[in-house]
Amino acid sequence: MSEGLVTVSYIGATILFILTLGGLSNQETARRGNIYGIVGMTLAIVATVFGPAVSGITSYIIIAVMMGAGAAVGIILARKVEMTQMPELVAILHSLVGLAAVLVGYVSFMGDSGTYTGVEKVIHEVEIYVGILIGAVTFSGSVIAFGKLSGKIGGNPLLLPARHWLNLGLLLITIWLGSWFLSAAEAHSASAFIPLIFMTIIALAFGVHMVMAIGGADMPVVVSMLNSYSGWAASATGFMLSNDLLIVVGALVGSSGAILSYIMCRAMNRNFISVIAGGFGTTSGGSSGGDEEQGEIQAIETDEVAQILSDASEVMIIPGYGMAVAQAQHTVNEITQSLRKKGVNVRFGIHPVAGRMPGHMNVLLAEAKVPYDIVFEMDEINEDFPDIDVSVVIGANDIVNPSAQEDPNSPIAGMPVLECWKGKTTVVLKRSMATGYAGVQNPLFFKENTRMYFGDAKESLDSLLKAIQSD
Amino acid sequence: MKICVPKETYAGEKRVATTPEVISWLQKLGYEVAVESGAGKEANFTDEAYESAGAEIISERKALWDTADIIFKVRAPDEEEVELICEGQTLISFIWPAQNEELMSKLASKKANILAMDSVPRISRAQKMDALSSMANIAGYRAVIEASHHFGRFFTGQITAAGKVPPAKVLIIGAGVAGLAAIGAANSLGAIVRSFDTRPEVKEQVESMGAEFLMLDFEEDGSGEGGYAKVMSDEFIAAEMALFAEQAKDVDIIITTALIPGKPAPKLITEDMVKSMKSGSVIVDLAAEQGGNCALTKPHEVNLSDNGVTIIGYTDLPSRLPTQASQLYATNLRHLITDMTKEKDGNLTIDMEDEAIRGATVINAGEITWPPPPPKLSAAPQKPAIEQAAKPEPKNPNPLVKMIPIIMGAIVLIWLGKVAPPSFMQHFTVFVLACFVGYMVIWNVSPSLHTPLMSVTNAVSSIIIIGALIQISSSGFFLTALAAFGVLITSINIFGGFAVTQRMLQMFRK
Repeated sequence: MSEGLVTVSYIGATILFILTLGGLSNQETARRGNIYGIVGMTLAIVATVFGPAVSGITSYIIIAVMMGAGAAVGIILARKVEMTQMPELVAILHSLVGLAAVLVGYVSFMGDSGTYTGVEKVIHEVEIYVGILIGAVTFSGSVIAFGKLSGKIGGNPLLLPARHWLNLGLLLITIWLGSWFLSAAEAHSASAFIPLIFMTIIALAFGVHMVMAIGGADMPVVVSMLNSYSGWAASATGFMLSNDLLIVVGALVGSSGAILSYIMCRAMNRNFISVIAGGFGTTSGGSSGGDEEQGEIQAIETDEVAQILSDASEVMIIPGYGMAVAQAQHTVNEITQSLRKKGVNVRFGIHPVAGRMPGHMNVLLAEAKVPYDIVFEMDEINEDFPDIDVSVVIGANDIVNPSAQEDPNSPIAGMPVLECWKGKTTVVLKRSMATGYAGVQNPLFFKENTRMYFGDAKESLDSLLKAIQSD
Repeated sequence: MKICVPKETYAGEKRVATTPEVISWLQKLGYEVAVESGAGKEANFTDEAYESAGAEIISERKALWDTADIIFKVRAPDEEEVELICEGQTLISFIWPAQNEELMSKLASKKANILAMDSVPRISRAQKMDALSSMANIAGYRAVIEASHHFGRFFTGQITAAGKVPPAKVLIIGAGVAGLAAIGAANSLGAIVRSFDTRPEVKEQVESMGAEFLMLDFEEDGSGEGGYAKVMSDEFIAAEMALFAEQAKDVDIIITTALIPGKPAPKLITEDMVKSMKSGSVIVDLAAEQGGNCALTKPHEVNLSDNGVTIIGYTDLPSRLPTQASQLYATNLRHLITDMTKEKDGNLTIDMEDEAIRGATVINAGEITWPPPPPKLSAAPQKPAIEQAAKPEPKNPNPLVKMIPIIMGAIVLIWLGKVAPPSFMQHFTVFVLACFVGYMVIWNVSPSLHTPLMSVTNAVSSIIIIGALIQISSSGFFLTALAAFGVLITSINIFGGFAVTQRMLQMFRK
């Protein structure tokens, strides 16, 4: 295949990737979008493999073996993963992109550095350096995020003393290593490896430190941010290899992740910088609501919940991370179906940061076969709450906390929340009276029209389902 | 311990202090329950129902009182019942200690414990045992039903083949629990409902129940201690009376619920106002027992004014809905007793440190403990002092400051354009354009598809495989090995990412 044909194929692939992202604008076209992505990827790979860059029978064999093995692993992973574990899977896959960027960077430095001269060479070297840097941060950050999301590492933020100074120091060292690297590479000296390797180690450490300092509730931001990084890593690799396809695709993915991070931050009313700097609510958290008279909570029993749900005409279910942990989405769907059969209009209200990654709740509900047209975003349904008879909060806390609106001193003040307390009754399923990730007490639980339904979400919902069906 | 529930002796009293449903709860707390034969008959609870719920049925009144440790009643005990109380027993019922001093001293001499359901403080945590609210709720509802019974027209407006029917206009004075219940009931019958209250903070509640809140053009807050109203100034009352006089000419039904604790009911509807009302109009006076809000009210009965206005002065409205009233009252009692039985071992403790129980206990072992110290918390929280003044002016950032990132970006671009070779600039152009395309496309992605978006972008970002593929033909085993490993991990990503996206997208269905 000639150079020209390869370029044409790349253009085709680029268009297909843009169509992929465009297809995700709604559920009907999303599957077609994914197909476009697969076709685009195939086109790009085939064009590259049979293009001028790859030659020799050994290369083809290696590619076939490696891709075959990778395909097997990838497909098994995709088949086996539980929908509740999607955030972990996405995080670990991001780490692979980061690792690949590091590898490609090293090979590129060792392989074809000699083909450039002058300014182009310097730029090429800078590209390699930056590519490896982003790749390494993405890799180690994603591995830590995976650990946090899967519970292998504790969810609490690890806050080193003077961590901002530490980060700044690491940045300065990285820049200094960069200039050392450039001057050494200029002289074609093998010693250029030393700064490169040091920088890689620092970047890895920085990735670890950055994600370790971020609290559990901020994970949606981290996952989107790493998504963005993996894109920028691909883009940097594209510059390094003078490959427009990589640049374009990397930029698409990078901006996608950046927009998601922005949406998540806005949904938590948090500044992106402060999320990255880490430690949710560590400065003001815990001070609010501690000494106030909170009033008394009112517990409720299964039969009563079943009764008020069956008697209601408008029910809103607000799922949170607790539903994912308890794997209760199927029971929730069955309850929804039974209630809808009784003529109750059941809808779902999803907060943008419910769960551990953007859109997490939607995927779980989709898995349980909840029709997507009764699942609504916060902005779509927040005004409907005054007409809701019963809101059912399942394993959520901060996203339904009225102090975000009422208490200007609250650590979550100003965060948009689902205003379920404006409805007639709110039933909160909760294991105990513990606070949410933000460590803020929730006045919702003490409201007059709130009933607490204590117990494990799965067990409670199972018995609730029975009670509704036998009603 | 044993809880005994006698039949109410007061003439016409149809309520009973417990229901079969509540008995099972009491047993869970460790109590035995005995019910006098026929106690629930008027409220439609049969002896058999009590028996199957696990209660003992005792037909002899004295025997019942003698075996009791705790007695549940609705009305305050009459003289005969006072004699039946023994030392050490606990009686829980309505007492009205302020109005019944004689009864109080008699009860005190019996060395018993008396808890008055009417003295449960109005604090949020005691709401579940607030029998006054439960009864007021029923009274408010029943008041509307009584009014409609005596009113010769529909409540709702209709346009029929036989002509147009205007909706009834209902004025409800006093938006406490009873007033709000009346608003709700009248509103659901289809009437036009208006309401007045001296406490401006109830406006929102009134409107939420579907009534129009009548405002006086007058600055005075009538909120008193514990969520009740207080006596207003003379000027206020004059303005208020003018409003009522004006409304009386217009409305068909007036329901008055105005009470001030410890005072006779304020006279709000004068004889002149009644005279100005249309013939066939109805007044329901829920304050009849405390003297009535209407000048012409006769407590306990219905009378007709000279110009044909029916004035209902019933004082037993809750008892006219006996099943409902008994259910709610029994549940209030159950909540009280639950709080007094912390160990769930069937032993009652009177904890004078507990604000709710302290308030309800009017006689503790023969010693009169009424009135209690004033409650610390108001049921309707005081509205916070106006804080708006302290609000800082939103800072208007200097436009120059906003421009700084743009200026810096421009400088960097200009610098790049000067030093970078054309080949780099070409790639850079592509990069910037791609960022914009991404920005435009991603904003259209539905938020519910954010997770598939992440997994598909993850798969797509593995386009980095191209880099590894190009390098696989590099010279040297080491480089080839590194590139091969790169191909391996990116393939995992490509196949895994697309497959899991496909799997997820297949789940989304209508």
